[in-house]
Amino acid sequence: MDEKQGLLKEMKFIFKHNAASYMMYFALVVIMLVFQIWTKGAFFTAQNISNLFNQAAYVAVLAIGMTLILILKHIDLSCGYVAGLSGAVAAILMEKAGVNVWLSMFIVILMALAIGFYQGFLVTKMGIPAFITTLAGMFIFRGLLSRSLAKTGTIIVTDETFKAMCQGYIPDFPGNSRVHIVTMLLAVIGVGVYIFFRVRNRRNRQKYNFYVPSLPIFIGEVAAVAAGILLASWMLAINKGLPISLIIVGVILAAYAFMLSKTKLGRHIYGIGGNDQAAELSGVDVKKVTMFAFCSMSVLAAVAGFMYTSRLSSATPTAGLAFEMDAIASSYIGGTAVSGGVGKVTNAIIGTFVIMSLTNGMNLLMIDISYQYIVKGIIFIIAVAFDVKSRKK
Amino acid sequence: MSEEYILEMRNITKEFPGVKALNNVNFKVKKGEIHCLVGENGAGKSTLMKVLSGVWKYGTYTGDIVYNGEVQQFKSIADSEAKGIAIIYQELALFPELRIYENIFFGHEIMKGQTIDWNETIVQSREYLKKVRLDVDPSFKIKSLNTGKQQLVEIAKALSKNCSLLIFDEPTSSLNEDDSENLLNIMRELKEQGITCIMISHKLREVTAIADTITVLRDGSTICSLDAKTDDISEANIIKNMVGRTIDDIYPKRLDKNIGSVMFEVRNLCAEDRATGREILKNVSFNVRAGEIVGLQGLMGAGRTECALAVFGNPYKYRITSGDVWLDGEQVNFKNPKQAIKKGLAYVSEDRKGNGLVLIQNVKYNITLANLDEVINGVVIDDNKEIGVANKFKEDINIKTPTINQKVVNLSGGNQQKVQIAKWLFSHPKVLILDEPTRGIDVGAKFEIYSIMNDLVKQGMSIIMISSELPEVLGMSDRLYVMSEGQITGELDIEEATEEKVMKMAINA
Repeated sequence: MDEKQGLLKEMKFIFKHNAASYMMYFALVVIMLVFQIWTKGAFFTAQNISNLFNQAAYVAVLAIGMTLILILKHIDLSCGYVAGLSGAVAAILMEKAGVNVWLSMFIVILMALAIGFYQGFLVTKMGIPAFITTLAGMFIFRGLLSRSLAKTGTIIVTDETFKAMCQGYIPDFPGNSRVHIVTMLLAVIGVGVYIFFRVRNRRNRQKYNFYVPSLPIFIGEVAAVAAGILLASWMLAINKGLPISLIIVGVILAAYAFMLSKTKLGRHIYGIGGNDQAAELSGVDVKKVTMFAFCSMSVLAAVAGFMYTSRLSSATPTAGLAFEMDAIASSYIGGTAVSGGVGKVTNAIIGTFVIMSLTNGMNLLMIDISYQYIVKGIIFIIAVAFDVKSRKK
Repeated sequence: MSEEYILEMRNITKEFPGVKALNNVNFKVKKGEIHCLVGENGAGKSTLMKVLSGVWKYGTYTGDIVYNGEVQQFKSIADSEAKGIAIIYQELALFPELRIYENIFFGHEIMKGQTIDWNETIVQSREYLKKVRLDVDPSFKIKSLNTGKQQLVEIAKALSKNCSLLIFDEPTSSLNEDDSENLLNIMRELKEQGITCIMISHKLREVTAIADTITVLRDGSTICSLDAKTDDISEANIIKNMVGRTIDDIYPKRLDKNIGSVMFEVRNLCAEDRATGREILKNVSFNVRAGEIVGLQGLMGAGRTECALAVFGNPYKYRITSGDVWLDGEQVNFKNPKQAIKKGLAYVSEDRKGNGLVLIQNVKYNITLANLDEVINGVVIDDNKEIGVANKFKEDINIKTPTINQKVVNLSGGNQQKVQIAKWLFSHPKVLILDEPTRGIDVGAKFEIYSIMNDLVKQGMSIIMISSELPEVLGMSDRLYVMSEGQITGELDIEEATEEKVMKMAINA
């Protein structure tokens, strides 16, 4: 009896102190359940979940880059059209100029890097606010996108390697299994690694007498995440397996999460966002770090552009419209602080799934795009309001 | 008899958490006089004026404000202004992008029906500008005027609200000689017109020249009120009243001093503010030896912090126009803080919340921020190493926090200060600049910080201590420099230093 009460108290305590981050998971689950019921079961089908991942991938990549920018108290409104332009230029290079797919992507990434330098230069050296710099960029890149496709119109991409990025799946063992075995194998390995790291981290914290949640809560949390991974993998495995887009997002996510939590650069980013003057006086090169964030944003926008183009198998003049909105919303829904200095790329991905589940679900229900914007806007502002309020305490 | 007083503040006590800023202060101002309020930094002058003007509203202090014979209960600045009390602040409260006449009547616009009567506004503005002898077109923008003229506009603005009691908070601190003289003359003219003025000032020469009455505050209490006609208002007497206290035994004694050769030296440093181009340092030279604590004294705005930041390589705010910095026998004119840190200079900021700490991050994060290289394996931050470092400092200098994962914003001022010091100690400096190391922290924590300083110099470190608190500088330093208006106005060995001597140099009398 006593222990049960203790547990309940602890759960209350944990929830109170992490309300904002739990809210995000809660919202995701609620949204998914609502759509599951509303669509009469069409949401949680193997086909649709697989589709959702492919749909969300490009936004997830943008949200990762955007989170860095937002932690630094800047913003990038141009990333949507940088993505659109990148997809178009890659398509032109591959389809019209006959350049090899890898070389095409390499060239476009260099172009994105140049865009990042240009915008980073304006923000750091000229002192023009990022909002203005990237608003101007939004105009410019939108124009360049229209210009580049003006003569040809939409370009159909035929390159199989390129299309595989957001349409392909990892290969399975030969055989005729109805379940994608490699996918499940990877999922099991993934869960194993996850559990290993969580346990190691807990032991380490105990060693230093830091706060750790009690064992039942720890096991419950780890089990819930593991079950989530296995369930999602199962849905994928009974369809076509693990999408390549998910692997790309996973690799980028892992690299950025590692960078933010474990490297000097990451520390400096949080430092500048939390108190730029203190960071400066602690020997942090604020301009260089900011420059990095803008370059990283543009390069990730290029990658997102490839993925979007790959998924549609074509480069269109409308690609990039409002991408930045989804990315910014994802990051804020994922708990990035409006005042800067706080934010996690892993949570931004959860934010992406909140936003893209809404898009996906409403598409299934064939709700008009106008209502979709309104609903997304409302969910976005509720999330931020909740975050602002919980941080005030 | 009491009708002759326009203002009586009776038994005013104002407490902040842990500090009694005002303790039973009595302050009486006669109608139509110029009354000067003097005292050291932290004596309570500004707090007293904030109580008077309603910044600290009725109920947050005890005691009575009697103004024009009535007890007042000001809840805001608007309340006190409505009764005719206006403060001319040190930092001007004007809108640089608006025109002079728009500024003068901002908040009490002259209306014609539902719209603003601009013609009347301009006509009246001319009148008020004439009263403060400012001969400019009222349609100029504020930003086209220099600081002295802006201040006159402030006064015109106060007059336009029919104020009968004007409070000047350090009005001449940012003015040159001519503008200062002009301002004093205008105060005399206002007096002729029956307006009462209260002036807070550090510049005793001006005080003795203009005051009818001088009230001295010290440590939150009224020490004396001197009548210019009957009492001794010599600068010496005022200074004696300002500082007259004994140094308590709150400074830990350093036994075997072992002062070595010169470790850090600044030669003929001149610097200007990048934004305004104002000269902030003029030919500043000083040095500090290994194992020595050197005090850098001066009143607020004397240029001490600016000097430290310029030396530390803060490139955005200050530009060094000439002069050299030497560290450990090597010429080092730092271009940015990163270089300075690498060569062994550390600067503990006076404003720990504003630019010292990343408050939303934890203790561990803050301690290692300036020297992450030491806890890095390859490119990865080594958790174990980092925790080890943070825990060691937590023990060594007694940072009171449940764990090193606590956010710094949740710690007390004294412990925040210790985190700041730990951060800089971890960068292994040869020279440590401490800017107001004990500002806003309690006596116990102060003692601990003094002890840490003593330990550090014992190990051969050099410390430069910037402080506005005279007793602290005298209690801790081996030697001290005094600054005033961007210049070093004196160097004293601790044996020859007295509060009076230092104060004289600080106000450049």
